[in-house]
Amino acid sequence: MTGTLVTDLTAALDARRVKAGASSRSLYRKDASNMQGETSVVCLPETTDEVQACVRIARRHGVPFVPRGSGTGLSGGAVPIDGEVVISLTRMTDIVSVDEVNRRAWVQPGLLNLDLSNRLLPVGLHFAPDPSSQQTCSIGGNVANNSGGPHCLAEGVTNAHVLAVKVVLPDGTVTVLGGEDPEPAGYDLRGVFVGSEGMLGIATEVCVKLTQNYPAVRTMLMDFDRVDDGAATVSGIIAAGMVPAAIEMMDQLCLEAVEAYIHAGLPVDAAGALLVEVVGLPHELEDQVGRIMAIAQEHHVNHVRVAADEAERALLWKGRKSAFGAIANIQPDYYLHDTVVPRAKLPEVLDQVYEIARRHEIQVLNVFHAGDGNLHPLLVYDARIPGTVERVHAAGREIVEASVAAGGSLSGEHGIGLEKRDYMPLMFSDVDLAAQNALRCAFDPDMVANPGKVLPSPATCAEVSHIGLPPGAWV
Amino acid sequence: MANELDLTEFAEEIGDEGPVTIAGLSTRGGPVDDVRTVMAPAGIVEFTPDEMTVRCGAGTPVSELVSDLADAGQTVSIAPSGTVGGALAIGQSTMRRLGHGPIRDTLLQARYVSAAGEIVKAGGPTVKNVSGFDLCRLLVGSRGTLGFLGEVILRTRPVAAFEQWFVTTAEPDTLLRDLYRPTTVLWDGERCWVLLEGHRDDVVAQATDHGLEAGDPPAELPTGGRWSIPPAELKTVVGSGRFVAEAGVGIVHHELPAPARDVDPAIVRLHHAIKARFDPTGRLNPGVDVLAS
Repeated sequence: MTGTLVTDLTAALDARRVKAGASSRSLYRKDASNMQGETSVVCLPETTDEVQACVRIARRHGVPFVPRGSGTGLSGGAVPIDGEVVISLTRMTDIVSVDEVNRRAWVQPGLLNLDLSNRLLPVGLHFAPDPSSQQTCSIGGNVANNSGGPHCLAEGVTNAHVLAVKVVLPDGTVTVLGGEDPEPAGYDLRGVFVGSEGMLGIATEVCVKLTQNYPAVRTMLMDFDRVDDGAATVSGIIAAGMVPAAIEMMDQLCLEAVEAYIHAGLPVDAAGALLVEVVGLPHELEDQVGRIMAIAQEHHVNHVRVAADEAERALLWKGRKSAFGAIANIQPDYYLHDTVVPRAKLPEVLDQVYEIARRHEIQVLNVFHAGDGNLHPLLVYDARIPGTVERVHAAGREIVEASVAAGGSLSGEHGIGLEKRDYMPLMFSDVDLAAQNALRCAFDPDMVANPGKVLPSPATCAEVSHIGLPPGAWV
Repeated sequence: MANELDLTEFAEEIGDEGPVTIAGLSTRGGPVDDVRTVMAPAGIVEFTPDEMTVRCGAGTPVSELVSDLADAGQTVSIAPSGTVGGALAIGQSTMRRLGHGPIRDTLLQARYVSAAGEIVKAGGPTVKNVSGFDLCRLLVGSRGTLGFLGEVILRTRPVAAFEQWFVTTAEPDTLLRDLYRPTTVLWDGERCWVLLEGHRDDVVAQATDHGLEAGDPPAELPTGGRWSIPPAELKTVVGSGRFVAEAGVGIVHHELPAPARDVDPAIVRLHHAIKARFDPTGRLNPGVDVLAS
């Protein structure tokens, strides 16, 4: 049966872009999470028609499919579980059109996030969501995960930057969800597609909203003797009615690791440091910088380092964004978590994170989006030591539980995928989950699109009965 | 969960059978005629300025919410009439959408009552959250056909230190290209009205640099129809009658009703499938067709 599947796919694409060999299949059985499964065949379509053909052929053979971008996802969303056809969008990387006046562009899903912003530099625009993986992650992946990034504090996550999506639905139909007009008719299908982790279909073209580049930028690094003081500074800034472009935090272990890696002159003796970026027009900028400094002083800031030029700004951001590379100097393996807590609960939950790590004898670094309460505890370990992986997973679960118990959310920007699927009941009741499954079943009653993700099993799609409708009812 | 509205009574009132409709303050069309009517609970449950979030009953008047938030220098991007739930259910954004974003981005969490009479939670309480399918997006603009909003958590935003309307005969495209983040640009085919917000000195400097004259916003907007067209096509409405368009957004306040729109059959099928899953007997706001509006 698989033989025919591969033959049909090869006929629809070509032999170079249908990969069924053991080494290719091995490459595509995992993403950037620590989970892996099995795929029977990998397709690399180049057009919407080809994506549609792949979906139809997979369906005809009764094999589910898994859409895939760059494979940088951290929650296992692109991991094929049991022989699914992997449909990789990495060859669809064009910018189809740009409207500079109304600030939008149609792009293909395989286009890399940073490539889009870099190519828009000459016209003074950028795509606001900026995940730390932006050099390698794709726009389609951003759509699937509703990705965030440091600058989403002021600008909002991916959902706020997607106007329309051309999709191949799970039944193989091609349509456009949302639109370039501001109030398309009916339900916000665009809105539910963003963040649906490949379970409602495959995006083949995305109309993204573009953001004006900043007329002026001020980037400050503030260090504190107590993490609590840094966290209180964050709450103070927001309470004062300011939403800086970004507020990031690094704790001591992270500062040490990054400093050893990039030598940026980071305050390695501090308990924690905030990276605060303010953007905008000059008077507003100066005003906010002054008020933020005053708030930091109220909370016992040690030093404030203001980036003198673009090179120093780039260096400070490099420090923030290379944290994950830097930890290789500490331990060979890491597990990155992603939860959200109310900003006011940051000190309390951070204390719990340290306590949980201590109890499980795991080192933890914290580098995170403090401005929106999005924690990223980074558990570092050596998987070769027996029993360590089990302790890492136990600690991870406790961190997620502590975050949700503090009034937070399971994931801020990495998504649920396989990793947190079974944690969903921490946040949602059976009734809540049934409603989410109802949406999924409306798009994909046969559950062929990225099955087994997000919703804890058993999530099935029962037949819907139309019997008993009153006359004239709108269904 | 602490500080959560008790929706039990609201859910019991909605029940699990027979047609039912929901009323707010009837500023956006009101409930369905001749059907049993319920109202959502009202009142602000918790406003947390340093989280920039507010939790309130869906029946809370927007004006009351806006007035309470103003005490802390914050506001919410919802047009100040009727109820919060009504505004979200209709899903029309304010005239400040260009600068402040659409109304759909304000809803962080909703607790609603389903067609089965059950209390369902969608979304999450924090400003950032990607846990599971985003049912909040589905509810905004769904006109009460999928569930009745009981309680919501909204994202608030700071009120700008200063704002000023300007008038100019410059082309809307020029203004959109040259101004830094205007809050609103309106255009009636001949002149533009521009709303700028921020630090007073920045507003004044932008206005001076681009030749804007301080002035009043349009005294009234045509109310015959609310057209939604791609902003790149705004020029095509010239000659179709009196209008004031939101440049860069694509909403056209027109003296004539909006032209009928073609909806792709696949989109129609998805709507029917969603409605069938969420309200299999069609009891919620019967007769309301979200595609026809």
